[in-house]
Amino acid sequence: MNNVAEPRVQEVLVARQQAARQVWVGRVARFLRRHWVSYAFVAPFMILFAIFTIAPVLTSLYLSFTYFNILEPPRWIGWTNYRLLILEDDIFLIAIKNTLMFAAITGPAGYFGSLLLAWMLNPLRHRVALALAYYVPSITSGVAMAVVWKVLFFGGREGYLNAWLLQLGVLWEPIYWLQDQRTLMPIVIGVSLWASMGTGFLVFLAGLQQVPQELYEAGRIDGIPNALAELWYITLPYIRPQLLFGSVMSIVSSLSVFSVPVALAGLPSPLYAAHTIVAHLYDYSFIRFEMGYGSAIATVLFLFMFLLGRLMFRLLSSKDM
Amino acid sequence: MSTIALAGRPAAIRRARRFHWPSWRYYILVPVALFQTLPIIFLANHAFKPLEELFLYPPTFIVRRPVMTNFEQLLLAASALSVPFSRYMFNTAFITGVTVFGSILIGAMAAYPLAKHRAPGMNVLFTIVIAALMFSPHVVAIPRYLVVNRLGLIDTYWAMILVHIAGPTGLFLMRQFTQQVPNELIEAAKVDGASEWTIFWRVIMPNTQPAWATLAIFTFLSVWNDEFGPLIYTRSEAMRTLAVAMITIQGGAEVVARQGAAAAAAFLMTMPTIIVFLLMQRRVIQTMAHAGIKG
Repeated sequence: MNNVAEPRVQEVLVARQQAARQVWVGRVARFLRRHWVSYAFVAPFMILFAIFTIAPVLTSLYLSFTYFNILEPPRWIGWTNYRLLILEDDIFLIAIKNTLMFAAITGPAGYFGSLLLAWMLNPLRHRVALALAYYVPSITSGVAMAVVWKVLFFGGREGYLNAWLLQLGVLWEPIYWLQDQRTLMPIVIGVSLWASMGTGFLVFLAGLQQVPQELYEAGRIDGIPNALAELWYITLPYIRPQLLFGSVMSIVSSLSVFSVPVALAGLPSPLYAAHTIVAHLYDYSFIRFEMGYGSAIATVLFLFMFLLGRLMFRLLSSKDM
Repeated sequence: MSTIALAGRPAAIRRARRFHWPSWRYYILVPVALFQTLPIIFLANHAFKPLEELFLYPPTFIVRRPVMTNFEQLLLAASALSVPFSRYMFNTAFITGVTVFGSILIGAMAAYPLAKHRAPGMNVLFTIVIAALMFSPHVVAIPRYLVVNRLGLIDTYWAMILVHIAGPTGLFLMRQFTQQVPNELIEAAKVDGASEWTIFWRVIMPNTQPAWATLAIFTFLSVWNDEFGPLIYTRSEAMRTLAVAMITIQGGAEVVARQGAAAAAAFLMTMPTIIVFLLMQRRVIQTMAHAGIKG
């Protein structure tokens, strides 16, 4: 009995396995037949995106724990880069201080300024012309406009601002605006604010136009007293998704400040008065080629952006509304 | 006589009523608009100033006798630059053109299934794209450099093109806009026996025209104005772009002596961006209406 039954059992098992495999193969085939087009359409983008964005983020994290100078393969050194960065690199602390101060001013001021201007513009007939005037500075290149700022803030008597202030009698002698560490950072901040009505501003403007007028009528019936209350209870909740997008854009752009200070004050700037995190990153990675250390700087920058971004998602998410 | 006077009166009243004092908002908004545009107007004036006006004391804002000397000096003499200025212009225009074209095609293709197909993984991919809005190009600069280096693309146009083609912001905008295309249109095309490619090309692309116009202009601006990428990926002067040339022109101690040529270069670099944006602005604002993140 036994020697007859055993091969039977095996046969059955094999047959079952084959059947299971066929079902599985069939499922995969059906799945691919149904969905391959979708994957084919996203593939070109996703491959490039993986190579040039996703993989680099992970690689950068790994490299930040190594000593790497491109010529030799990376050597694992644990937390050393971070220890040096935070405990011994005084210039990095200046860069962090400058960047955070810059971001704490230009981020919120640019963001709320854009929102306020978009809100004031929205009901007007000449909306588009004014909106273009506000937006245009943000599409100019920082290095190109530096020509204007350098002439305007030139340190000698012939600098435009100095000449005007001397004529008016406000100044007795010219100020070296871009060399003086007291005036350099305020000028960098001012120039950046000038160019800060960017994508966020356009998104707010477009979002405000989407708010249905019926909501305001209903609000008036329900006893919303004035325009400010209308803004707080109707408009802002309605454009929450736009507010979130705008905040992410403004966090990233204000923390990665680089072009304007470098174009105005050079790299490194006088007494590091306008040294920023990205300037430090550029210095170590692409001038000194200490890429492990550079990666640690990049990781710190990334953490700042990501944590602030997560916070904004927390505050402004409207998924469960 | 009295009838004429009477007939004239209501018209006068009507005319008087028709004039409104502009809203209080204009008293704030117009000065801000002036403040925003003055530096650009200054640049446009400065570029056309003859030598004696550039060094006039006290300095003047408006050009009195516009001349082309600065442009001639920049384009013909190019004293401070080792390659002709037109080379930088060609490099920038070429890189920007190819990148814009590629990013529209690749971005629109990826946006279609992300917005309209239910294949598994599409939501995960979109979540990754949203998270990637928070990765600034500077954060990934080192590994990108290593990839470009490994692929042997340092000092080629490809380095500057490939890095910019697949950007999260553009894909995000495209996907949000594509979602607004009515499903009925796609269903109708399917009933007519259209392939997915035909649907993409004949239904999705024509109906998302404002979105890819916006994607085009955003890619255009970010590539045209980028100096970080070309600084890292190029070694020879002949491969560099306008943005890097701007740094070279302004570098050194004799900036003020060369400010005429510098202003002309800045003018040539800035004007195309403004003109292209003004031509496209209507579509950009249309697209931005859908640019919210639910979170």
